[in-house]
Amino acid sequence: MAELLLNIKDLRAGYKVYGGLLKVLDGINLKVNKGERIGIVGETGSGKTTTAKAILRILPRTARIFGGEIFFQNKDVLKMSKSELSVLRGQGISMIFQDPTASLNPVFTVGSIISDVIRYSRTLSSSNKSSQIKETAIDAFKSASLPDANRLLTNYPFQLSGGMRQRVCIAMALATARDLLIADEPTTNLDVTIQDQVLRLIKELVDKKNTSLILITHSLGVASEMTDRIYVMYAGTIVEQAKTQDLFENPYHPYTHALLSCIPKLTGEGIAPGIPGRMPNYLNPPQGCRFAPRCPRVLPICEKEKPPLIEVEPGHEVACFLFTRK
Amino acid sequence: MNELLKVDNLKKYFPVNVGSISQKKIVDLKAVDGVSFELEQGEILALVGESGSGKSTTAYTIIGLYKATEGKIYFKGMDISMEVNQRPLSLKKEIQIVFQDPGTSLNPQRTVRQILELPLRVHKIGPKRNINEKIEELLKTVELPVDYMFKYPRMIGGGERQMVAIARALATNPSLVILDEPTSALDVSIQAKIINMLLKLQKDYKLSYLFITHDLSLMRNVATRTAIMYLGKINEIAPTQELFANPLHPYTQMLLSSIPVVTEKERSLKPKKITSIGEIPSPVNPPPGCGFHPRCPFKFELCLENDPQPVEVAPGHFVRCFLYKNQTKGGF
Amino acid sequence: MKTLNLNATWNSIKRSIYKFSRNKISVVGFFMVLLVVIIAIFAPYLAPYPKHAGAFVDYKNASLPPSLAHPFGTDVFGRDILSRVMFAFRGALIMGLGVIAMIVPVGVLVGLIAGYYRGTWIDTVIMRITDIFITLPALILALAVAALLRPTLFNSMMAVAFAWWPWYARLTYGMASSVRNEVFVQAAETIGASKAHIIFKEILPNCLAPIFTKMALEIGWVILVGATLSFVGLGEQPPTPALGTMVSDGAKYLPHQWWISVFPALAIMFIILAFNLFGDGVRDMLSTEEV
Repeated sequence: MAELLLNIKDLRAGYKVYGGLLKVLDGINLKVNKGERIGIVGETGSGKTTTAKAILRILPRTARIFGGEIFFQNKDVLKMSKSELSVLRGQGISMIFQDPTASLNPVFTVGSIISDVIRYSRTLSSSNKSSQIKETAIDAFKSASLPDANRLLTNYPFQLSGGMRQRVCIAMALATARDLLIADEPTTNLDVTIQDQVLRLIKELVDKKNTSLILITHSLGVASEMTDRIYVMYAGTIVEQAKTQDLFENPYHPYTHALLSCIPKLTGEGIAPGIPGRMPNYLNPPQGCRFAPRCPRVLPICEKEKPPLIEVEPGHEVACFLFTRK
Repeated sequence: MNELLKVDNLKKYFPVNVGSISQKKIVDLKAVDGVSFELEQGEILALVGESGSGKSTTAYTIIGLYKATEGKIYFKGMDISMEVNQRPLSLKKEIQIVFQDPGTSLNPQRTVRQILELPLRVHKIGPKRNINEKIEELLKTVELPVDYMFKYPRMIGGGERQMVAIARALATNPSLVILDEPTSALDVSIQAKIINMLLKLQKDYKLSYLFITHDLSLMRNVATRTAIMYLGKINEIAPTQELFANPLHPYTQMLLSSIPVVTEKERSLKPKKITSIGEIPSPVNPPPGCGFHPRCPFKFELCLENDPQPVEVAPGHFVRCFLYKNQTKGGF
Repeated sequence: MKTLNLNATWNSIKRSIYKFSRNKISVVGFFMVLLVVIIAIFAPYLAPYPKHAGAFVDYKNASLPPSLAHPFGTDVFGRDILSRVMFAFRGALIMGLGVIAMIVPVGVLVGLIAGYYRGTWIDTVIMRITDIFITLPALILALAVAALLRPTLFNSMMAVAFAWWPWYARLTYGMASSVRNEVFVQAAETIGASKAHIIFKEILPNCLAPIFTKMALEIGWVILVGATLSFVGLGEQPPTPALGTMVSDGAKYLPHQWWISVFPALAIMFIILAFNLFGDGVRDMLSTEEV
């Protein structure tokens, strides 16, 4: 039986701004099993990063959690104390962000940055720290296919290319044993040939260390090559969830359909004209289904009630009244 | 043939200091190193490449924001190789550009109305009292609500800003529009909307596009002809369908095999997997001989010291690679 | 059409007020400034003894300590200090606002042109001239110029302006030379906009925020320099009350008749504090932070 690693239940969260509250996440339910690779796919503003940051509790000060629970290894993350959180971030979950340049402090050498990470993870015994740290760092770089690891320790981030910086971030994230890696758009800023290398690296390392992976991306193509299961997010809600192959072969939700038809394909079959309308205003989100205002197959009930996430096939869930027997 | 734009052996070098502040060592960063192509009226030509390929620099040199180091640019037969400040107003009317990031290409302190009014005023399009109407028309053309006139760019979304940028480019009724990665920063559904709009506008106003991008899948659905650039040179150029059906250059094959795809059908269309290895070299220090040889799985002796010349392998399909050196010679 | 425009403007005003008032202390500053302005404008109506602000003597009531009748006491001539301080606000405000009004257009224009032509000889010539002015210490330069001219309010304003303008040129130069390379400026060039349009319509609006902030924060300091000039006798001449003059006149009578110097000094402090707090609010209001 698959062991449940992360369990997000009915998470509702948002931000306080001028004019009121942005009610972004509206009941997120998400599960990650040990060793699984899941993808969270959605467009800008759909709440993917908010979800990821909520798991590690690194949301900005203007953020508010309205309700719901996050369980990591059966412990309630939202109720953790500072020291428990420290252990969570040091040994349990690590995260890679979209912009590797912004993630690396430009005034420190790469070596000192990764040493800090290893030290704060507290996975090494207190004795004989510095040589052990250096060894761990070099091992991490080697497994991230970074050449000349010794010299790399003395380099500053600006001396490295974008792809190398991201690989350094990956090495740091996986330098110490972790149960879960969250990668938030790790290759969006990289060239396509480098993206290919970096994604392959993530896949390799995640397999080798049996780390679970949450890959956040707006690219369905990237998600299809990297994940076992995909959650599709729209405006702070999960609209569909399925095994990767199933999602692409048999999409249910109108948003998923629309998204797939908008992707330019190598077959040259043309691109759909997009989805009419805009993302809802989080200050005053729609009462019912958040996609209803833009949905080509909207029903009267969609505007009044929120569709629950229902299993339509084994392992395939959709939140849409088109598929619920009422 | 209705040749609109002709670029002949264009080169743009930037002097950079690779030494330290005390010990200067100035070398040339060869951003564009001998690029030639023609663009016909009504065509959409794609310049595809990754960072350091020189595609954006080529576009900027064509529009005059950079002065060419060497080579010539011809527009409708006229030599336009000078900088933007020296170009006649009538020329600026004809060639327009849409930049990649609408967040920086629209002045945050100017309203949409003021932004759209500028080209109309500069080129004296329409009588002054009708300017508001003209601006409304432009907004309708890009399917934006008329009340956006008084909004500042920060009040509207990224996709909508880009539509304002496109409206601005079209205001002067140009013949050639250069699009510098216009949708790279946008979500796929918004990209879809903008691309479809660009294609419609091209038909309605008989425009020609020079489309700069790194997204091959996008170009498969948009461009009539595609050129692949690497380290400041064009490696391969062909009509789009031909290029994707028959990619010849190893770099083109590497690019195509790196694209993440969604459907099985697409997977079957990708060339045999050429695993991407190595970093993209910097144009400050390009490898000798063929610039791609350090990453090329098919390289041989000749490639290490000599730079291949373009060869026409099929009608309109040119490639610069010693694998094909025994085929008919031709230039692009 | 017009209503859309008005709506948009009203909304942005409301947003600006929100940003300004997030820091309560800035709001206090705003009201302090308002108080200073009202006192300055309406001094003849608000002052308890308006005639004391001119030539007036009443030796019977000279050097009286603060009381209900004279909250700030009286000076050696028997004049009510509170009234004189209120009238002195006028000179102070004229100095502050007047100098700023003179130097900002000049400094900003110079900085804009130098910034636009950054890297060329125009830039070098303009900025080196500016640098020369900057290296001369403002107060000493102002003293020297004021000493050369006849001591009047206007001349002391000229002196301060002479020393203060280059800072605005520097500030604008820094902003303009970086804005000049922004993509929207390049876009304007490709459209064919004239240099004048680019400098004043594209670049300038993006430089205004730090300029306005500097202006608001500096009015207080300009007033202080003005008070320093009048402290040494270069400024408005008696019997017109000037804060600096009042402080220096009363200095001889410290510490026994302390109120003659102390209250005008406190008034100077109040004005500077008012503009500083107000200036902080202006800076917050103009910041491009998303709320």
